[in-house]
Amino acid sequence: MADKIYSTKFQDKMERNVWALLLTLMLVLTVGGIVEIVPLFYLDDTMEHNARPEILWQPKEGQTLADWKPGDGIRPYTGLELWGRHMYIREGCYLCHSQMIRPFRDEKERYGHYSLASESIYNHPFQWGSKRTGPDLARVGGKYSDEWHIKHLMAPRSVVPESVMPNYPWFADTPLDVGRVTAHLKGMQTLGVPYTDADIAQTAAEVEGKTEMDAMVAYLQVLGTMAKLDYGVIYRE
Amino acid sequence: METTDVAQKYDFDVVRWFSVATVVYFVVGTLVGVYVAAELAWPVLNLDSPYLSFGRLRPLHTNAVIFAFGGCVLMATGFYSVQRTCGVRLWSNKMAWFTFWGWNLIIVLAVITLPLGLTQGKEYAELEWPIDILIAIVWLSFAINFIMTVAIRKSSHIYVSNWFFIGMMVMITYLHVVNSLAIPVEMFRSYSIFSSVQDAMIQWWWGHNAVGFYLTAGFLGIMYYFVPKQADRPIFSYRLSVLHFWCLMFGYVWLGSHHLQYTALPDWAGSLGAAISLAMIVPSWGGAVNGMMTLSGAWDKLRTDYVLRFLIMSLAFYAMSTFEGPVMSLKVVNALSHYTDWTIGHVHSGALGWVGMVGAGAIYHLLTRLWKTEIYSTKLVNMHFWMATIGIVIYIVAMWISGIMQGLMWRDYDEFGTLTYTFAESVSAMHPYYVMRTVGGFIYFLGTVVMLYNVVMTIRQASSEPRLSTAPAQA
Repeated sequence: MADKIYSTKFQDKMERNVWALLLTLMLVLTVGGIVEIVPLFYLDDTMEHNARPEILWQPKEGQTLADWKPGDGIRPYTGLELWGRHMYIREGCYLCHSQMIRPFRDEKERYGHYSLASESIYNHPFQWGSKRTGPDLARVGGKYSDEWHIKHLMAPRSVVPESVMPNYPWFADTPLDVGRVTAHLKGMQTLGVPYTDADIAQTAAEVEGKTEMDAMVAYLQVLGTMAKLDYGVIYRE
Repeated sequence: METTDVAQKYDFDVVRWFSVATVVYFVVGTLVGVYVAAELAWPVLNLDSPYLSFGRLRPLHTNAVIFAFGGCVLMATGFYSVQRTCGVRLWSNKMAWFTFWGWNLIIVLAVITLPLGLTQGKEYAELEWPIDILIAIVWLSFAINFIMTVAIRKSSHIYVSNWFFIGMMVMITYLHVVNSLAIPVEMFRSYSIFSSVQDAMIQWWWGHNAVGFYLTAGFLGIMYYFVPKQADRPIFSYRLSVLHFWCLMFGYVWLGSHHLQYTALPDWAGSLGAAISLAMIVPSWGGAVNGMMTLSGAWDKLRTDYVLRFLIMSLAFYAMSTFEGPVMSLKVVNALSHYTDWTIGHVHSGALGWVGMVGAGAIYHLLTRLWKTEIYSTKLVNMHFWMATIGIVIYIVAMWISGIMQGLMWRDYDEFGTLTYTFAESVSAMHPYYVMRTVGGFIYFLGTVVMLYNVVMTIRQASSEPRLSTAPAQA
């Protein structure tokens, strides 16, 4: 009875021929991903700056990162900030802190304007997070002083008694390495983040003599301060 | 009929090694889990050490349970069931050993690099690019060997467990390759080539389907072989298995976007993911029903067969968490549950309840077949079963309460229209539940220790017994 078909012709074919099964699966399994991912690369309303280019910083001829002022728009991270971001990833901060404010009233009051996709445009990888064991950090920049951040990173419970965050005393003892910071910047440049060679050349002066604590604080203090978002404007439907 | 020359007919050595490795990683993975859970309850346990801080150990926990425990159990059961259902030896025994040593090398590298903070920063895909390349090679060696074994089979049709295994192999290859595309900046540091919304969507396409294919399709493959075998009955419905297989394969891929509801991901993508998530209750329950109903007419076996208890209880947890998942993907529920401990509870009812229990059941089943002896102590199997069940229930109840409480506290307003609670107040309110979660996890972990002891004693007992194969043939 080896020739008897127990189901449909299609299913019978699948069960008799592993190559047919394999090929069919290879096709079926691509559909969902293609439909949900590919349009994000070409639909203009995915990134808000397509409609409102002022969200991104547009440096004038000859301007470098040093000429940028808070509110001028989203720009690439400086070497010091980028190293802080590298540390943020290294220490797994994204496992307990989100950087993605949702468009709800309570989140607006607690954290600020809802986050835009364009705000993460230079974030390889994205840092939206999936869990808030600690608060959202998308707009933490400027909310606390540098001294507060240093105290908090050294011993969180000295400023927030309820906190369950680990202490990070090793940040203060670790000097920055200009070569490594430059390598990270160049990697970002390869990925299409618009660093000019002049930006990268400034790094040595910016990073010289700094510690990882300085880098982490610089990163935290720039979060959410780059673009000035207007509550009267609808950025996203 | 089991005959004494079964062992000579098949390549079982590599399956034995994978089985033992599975149990060892079960203990290690859950132990690290208990430790990180305790760190959230008592942050002093971070000990001011970079290598023990929560943010570095948590990826070690997830990688240990998913890739070390989950990977070894999939490879043990995959290499075993493909030989039994196809009636042939492995296509290449040497290649299977390459898979074994390669996979274990990856696990060792993970144990070294993750506490050092060497990470891509993508959840469940933390391992850095040189290890990612190794994962791709070893994974393909597993897939090619498996598929070639199916290709040279003696049976006319391919058994259902193998469909699920092959589906998993294809999808995990896609996901791993695309999500890990990165530019190296150092030997052990790279940056994803994607950013922002595209990176988020690709990460959760990976994140959800690591669950959907690795921990669901693969483990359904385990279920389809081991439940009928242990119950000694044919699977309940062939039609149901065909239907839910294709629905699951087609549908699961779409679910990733429900992790990004209300974020900067365009609404169409999140809503599409939620709609398909809801529909996925049907194929998920199709699998659960098919497994459980296999026992119909023989439910009394649950009274005496403790291994079967593991398998059936795992299906109960599978049914529960595949109901909970679609509910959480609904926008109105997700607005509350996202970013809270509820997500963690949901993951663990699937991971501890479904993956852990079906895996443990399959390994107990394999013990008697691979070492041709009785289990050292069925009482200890029963004890492990109850420790696992009680541990899970404590864990998920704690996370339900803390998750829903967090969500409600964050959005609560007082009579003056201002936020009632500071964030820090919500953190301190979690403390009792973080303690409770640690206790539940610890009980589950102790269960795995009981299992390891039982496995070691069973193998020792088998090696001290006279070799069955030299005894007069029972066939």
